[in-house]
Amino acid sequence: MHFNYNPLATIASLQIGELGYIAEEALEHIPLKLLEMGCLPGAEVRLVQVAPLQDPLYIYINGSHLAIRKDTASKISILKESFVDE
Amino acid sequence: MSDRIKVALVGNPNTGKTSLFNHLTGLNQKVGNYPGVTVDKKQGTCTLSKSHKAIITDLPGTYSINPTSEDESIVFRTLFHKDVTEYPDVLVVVADVENLKRNLLLFSQIKDLEIPTVLVINMVDLMQKKGISIDVKMLEEELNTEVVLISARRNEGIDKVKAAIVRSHVAAKSLPMCDINHKIDAEYFTKLKEITSEFSLYQLWLMVTQNNFPESIDEGVKKRLLNFRKDVSQIRRYQNKETIFRYQEINRILKNVYVVDKSKATDLRGKLDRVFTHKIWGYAIFFVILLLIFQSIFDWASVPMDYIDEVFSNLSGWVTSTLDEGMLTRLIADGIIPGIGGVVIFIPQIAILFMFIAILEETGYMSRVVFLMDKIMRRFGLNGKSIIPLISGTACAIPAIMATRNISSWKERLITILVTPFTTCSARLPVYAILIALVIPEKELFGFLNLQGLVLLSLYGLGFAAAIIAAYVLHKTLKINSKSFFVVEMPDYKIPSFKNIVLNVIEKTKAFVLGAGKIILALSIVLWFLASYGPGEFNAVEENLAKMESFQNLSEEVQEYQVASMKLEKSYIGIVGKSIEPVIRPLGYDWKIGIALLSSFAAREVFVGTLATIYSVADDEQNTIKERMASEINPRTGENMFNLPVGLSLLIFYAFAMQCMATLAIVKRETKTWKWPMIQLVGMGALAYVFSFITYNLFV
Repeated sequence: MHFNYNPLATIASLQIGELGYIAEEALEHIPLKLLEMGCLPGAEVRLVQVAPLQDPLYIYINGSHLAIRKDTASKISILKESFVDE
Repeated sequence: MSDRIKVALVGNPNTGKTSLFNHLTGLNQKVGNYPGVTVDKKQGTCTLSKSHKAIITDLPGTYSINPTSEDESIVFRTLFHKDVTEYPDVLVVVADVENLKRNLLLFSQIKDLEIPTVLVINMVDLMQKKGISIDVKMLEEELNTEVVLISARRNEGIDKVKAAIVRSHVAAKSLPMCDINHKIDAEYFTKLKEITSEFSLYQLWLMVTQNNFPESIDEGVKKRLLNFRKDVSQIRRYQNKETIFRYQEINRILKNVYVVDKSKATDLRGKLDRVFTHKIWGYAIFFVILLLIFQSIFDWASVPMDYIDEVFSNLSGWVTSTLDEGMLTRLIADGIIPGIGGVVIFIPQIAILFMFIAILEETGYMSRVVFLMDKIMRRFGLNGKSIIPLISGTACAIPAIMATRNISSWKERLITILVTPFTTCSARLPVYAILIALVIPEKELFGFLNLQGLVLLSLYGLGFAAAIIAAYVLHKTLKINSKSFFVVEMPDYKIPSFKNIVLNVIEKTKAFVLGAGKIILALSIVLWFLASYGPGEFNAVEENLAKMESFQNLSEEVQEYQVASMKLEKSYIGIVGKSIEPVIRPLGYDWKIGIALLSSFAAREVFVGTLATIYSVADDEQNTIKERMASEINPRTGENMFNLPVGLSLLIFYAFAMQCMATLAIVKRETKTWKWPMIQLVGMGALAYVFSFITYNLFV
């Protein structure tokens, strides 16, 4: 089966309820504090809610429910669930 | 007592750390200061066993030992070196059973500091409901630490914590948990370790990453450590590796001891979130909650406030009639007692508002508001977290400004501090109340809107609008480069604990009483002196008047009145008031209002007190300040002094002016320079002058 790996996928491009996995390449773009709160490469991330003005984003990651701003989220690249399952 | 065990509580926010602190210490708490920083130090005493007592410090909540805000830097400073007086003998790390993995990250860092540590896992009453099971014995072995399960909410397991603290203190030894040495870059860390054996490897590593060194450190050692800071990007890479390594260790340990049965999960949180953060309902609910809060503040606070008012005026009367007539009696009855009353009267409003804020925070709702408001606030240079200071500011700006400490971006925090005093604090209310009652007719609009109430509401609106617009202007003009980083945990919804709320309200109210109270009291006394004494002519007022023929023909009552008002004019305060009259005349004020304005620069509520002092000196017959003000005649126009233009002009002046010495002092403390409080004082004063001038001339 053929599918496109999308290097542009980030936490910010998730749909509500959709799952992704933090990519290895994201490491240097994740603020240390977020890393310490469990936002690690390989971790499963789900977009729970989006604030009314499309920002911030409410995510569930590694056991934590966190709100982060869109500009932070758009720098953290992910692999979408479908790619991982194949 | 020096044999008390020094215990520090540390943990992530929302883990119930403060609940445990409250259980351990009860009411034996006091708030002090850490030297050199602004964060309050919460300490309390506790009897651990028959032979052991402890002094317990509640450190601010943090996710990591690496600080990103003023709050969190305290944890780092307290724990990383023995130089600090608060350096604990035993550390208690409080974790939340649901977020154990993330909580253990902080635990692993702390453990590497090699301080004797106890791990307390809180909220275990939820384990069954959430399908969580923990193998405590195995966890203890893996972590090399005593683990205690508690439920602070149900007051269960507190005694076990006490016993564990004693045992850890006796053992007095602690091994590091994660060997960062070999997992990241063996060569680098071996070299680091070789610098000195005085500190543990992790302490040295923290000194390098935080660029922060104990005062007692040897200069040569410090220089060699600074060499390790040359490549900052390498440090960051190693910090990343360190964090990943810590999580690997934690995952390995938890895999066998911590099991969650996911089928037990309920989605109550999701359902509530969908309502509370809904694009329409979210804002609507927040607005209704705010309305309910303000409504109840007015409804509930008026009864105790009237009571306090009555008690203090009775007390004054009692002192006057009981004690010998003399200077001291008058000082107590007319200076000190009303001064204390002026502070106490605000306590009901402030306490009620802080109770609501504490409830909103404890339930977890406040985080949803931060989430809802962040984008909007950011457009004005603020932060979602600024919403809490802005709401608290309607009670008192002092605790509100202290609540900005968790905003990690300096620019956003500074702007929040600078604009918070625009919000209508409770000290403005008595000024507004008396002026509105005097100049706004008691009229119904459209049959249901009370005009006076509407004006008061508009003043609240004006306060918020001024804060937001000022924030926007500051956002566009302040050239401060500070990284805006925002991450907020969305905690589970919880039923608030009564004890926590009561203690929280006591703490915040104390901040007001001690911060503003002292200044208000001192000022009332000074004002009384200035109004009761004067130079040269002041002492000759009675003689000079008695010489005049016209005066002798007056009735005794009118004579007394004339003497008193002449004395006031010749008193020290009268002289000051007269000298500033040319400046304030364009706003419609006379020298008496000038005195009240000047004294209000120390604290706004002094306005009413000052007018009371001024007019009570002038005439003792009329009962209320309001009646006295209403009968005051403007000698230039022959009309009532407090007419609509003057009243509105004063309302606008009080809405804008920065008239609170205690707030200025707090701003100085939080910003560490007089620059910002001076900018506030001058900037807000200029706005007040300009807008009052415009208002007066529009209506006159």
